[in-house]
Amino acid sequence: MEKTIAGKAVAVNEEGYLTNFAQWEPRVGSEIAKEANIDLSPRHWEVINYLQGEFKNESPLSIRKIGKSGVVDIKEFYQLFPNAPLKTSSKIAGIPKPASCI
Amino acid sequence: MKKLIILGAGTSGTMMANHLQHHLKNSEWSIDIIDEREEHHYQPGYLFLPFDIYTPEDIIKNIKDFIPKGVNLIQGKIDKINHNENMISMADGSKNEYDILIIATGAKIAPEEVEGMKGSEWQKSVFDFYTFEGALALRNKLREWEGGRLLVHITEMPIKCPVAPLEFAFLADSFFNHKTMRDKVEITFVTPLSGAFTKPKATEALEHLLNEKDINIESDFAIESVDNENKKIIDYGGREIPFDLLVTIPTNKGDEVIARSGIGDELNFIPTDKATLQSKAQKNIFVIGDASNLPASKAGSVAHFEAEILTENILNFISGKPLNETFDGHANCFIETGNGKALLIDFNYTHEPVEGTFPFPGIGPLRLLKETRMNHMGKLAFRWIYWNMLLKGTHLPFVSSQMQESGKHFD
Ligand SMILES: Cc1cc2nc3c(=O)[nH]c(=O)nc-3n(C[C@H](O)[C@H](O)[C@H](O)COP(=O)(O)OP(=O)(O)OC[C@H]3O[C@@H](n4cnc5c(N)ncnc54)[C@H](O)[C@@H]3O)c2cc1C
Repeated sequence: MEKTIAGKAVAVNEEGYLTNFAQWEPRVGSEIAKEANIDLSPRHWEVINYLQGEFKNESPLSIRKIGKSGVVDIKEFYQLFPNAPLKTSSKIAGIPKPASCI
Repeated sequence: MKKLIILGAGTSGTMMANHLQHHLKNSEWSIDIIDEREEHHYQPGYLFLPFDIYTPEDIIKNIKDFIPKGVNLIQGKIDKINHNENMISMADGSKNEYDILIIATGAKIAPEEVEGMKGSEWQKSVFDFYTFEGALALRNKLREWEGGRLLVHITEMPIKCPVAPLEFAFLADSFFNHKTMRDKVEITFVTPLSGAFTKPKATEALEHLLNEKDINIESDFAIESVDNENKKIIDYGGREIPFDLLVTIPTNKGDEVIARSGIGDELNFIPTDKATLQSKAQKNIFVIGDASNLPASKAGSVAHFEAEILTENILNFISGKPLNETFDGHANCFIETGNGKALLIDFNYTHEPVEGTFPFPGIGPLRLLKETRMNHMGKLAFRWIYWNMLLKGTHLPFVSSQMQESGKHFD
């Protein structure tokens, strides 16, 4: 479906994840973050950039992997994106919900 | 004479030894298979051992009995794969060169990854059932346990047989019912996922069952530590869940030999082409089963489908032909739901499990994503099939290595 986020029309799935990463822009990310009551600081952006890089490399993401990335430790990751950090941060970054492959 | 070496004589390695012994000319190729164990374990049986449904004898056989004549079984610990020199070093110092290598070293639990998991309560009130020792200790505990809060917990994905923890919860419900003590046990399923399973349709069906059986679910729980003194598990967000009996699936990792050889990811799983099963590290190294990083289930059924395709690709590779890009992630798993019933799911990389009939479209006799007795018979028959057909590399009648779309109710 289509949704207008920060004045831009983007395609999202029923859970609100962007389905086309090419439509992502920083202001779209900021707006999604606001909906989750998060004000993006430079630390948030570092994590988001890392997630997007991994997504472009087709490298599957997990909490552990982020903890070992050297970008952020798991405790801080939870502080930055409370409750379900991997999902929230992926949504803000405009990348698919992590599948945690089976 | 050329040499093919298979590392690991578990489910996948044994299947490959049987396939290749059949297909490679023994005047041109010699095949070695290496394993440190003397026993072959039917790991799906670990699920039934804690509930006294299977005995240890049902689960354990001699590794040798399944290695075909003409394949050389080497017993010993593999120390390192020197993939630039096409050479295996063993822990006893011996060396073994290969032309083609198949890695089938599987996955194992690593409870030490979580603080306190292997602490003072390990095998007292904190158990795993992904090892024989763990399942046996848990059986002894369950025989005398008087009830309380039971947590069935997954540490992180991926794990072998991702439905096994749910099956454990279902079987526990059934077990305590039979012991007429279900009212004394509170069962909670704790998972790092957002629901009971990773795929939406199956999650719906499984959550319905959890509900029906009065099993609570705590989702999105990323464990940080086990507090042995106060008997609770704590997640990174500070959430705490108390337990009297914790049955956990610790982190699953590839063998340390993969780390020592520098060919694995952060969990020692080996980056592998998901359609051809060739390793990313070297063209003459192939990976099968739980050892790979494929986004497919780590299950014996998956390994069975992989083995058929990998055999073709080994032959292609030898004759210089392009590899078939045909592995589609096909998985076929029975989910034991207790009270003599089971579900069946059949899926691949791109198609999630849905309802339908299997293996004959429109007929069955097995029903997909529906709880039936027939499916339970299928699950029990799987043990016989495993020992008598699967390991020997016999093609399972009517079940193709690629998933079939007919007979399934996709939207
Ligand atoms: C509780 C449980 C329930 C399951 N239920 C099901 C089910 O219902 N259906 C299903 O399809 N699958 C199920 N599975 C999964 C299935 O058992 C595995 O996917 C399958 O056994 C994988 O085979 P493998 O050959 O890749 O690894 P394994 O069978 O584990 O074999 C690996 C072998 O490598 C050897 N090895 C490793 N490292 C070294 C070393 N350094 N030196 C020497 N030897 C080494 C090991 O000794 C071992 O023999 C279940 C698993 C568990 C734990």
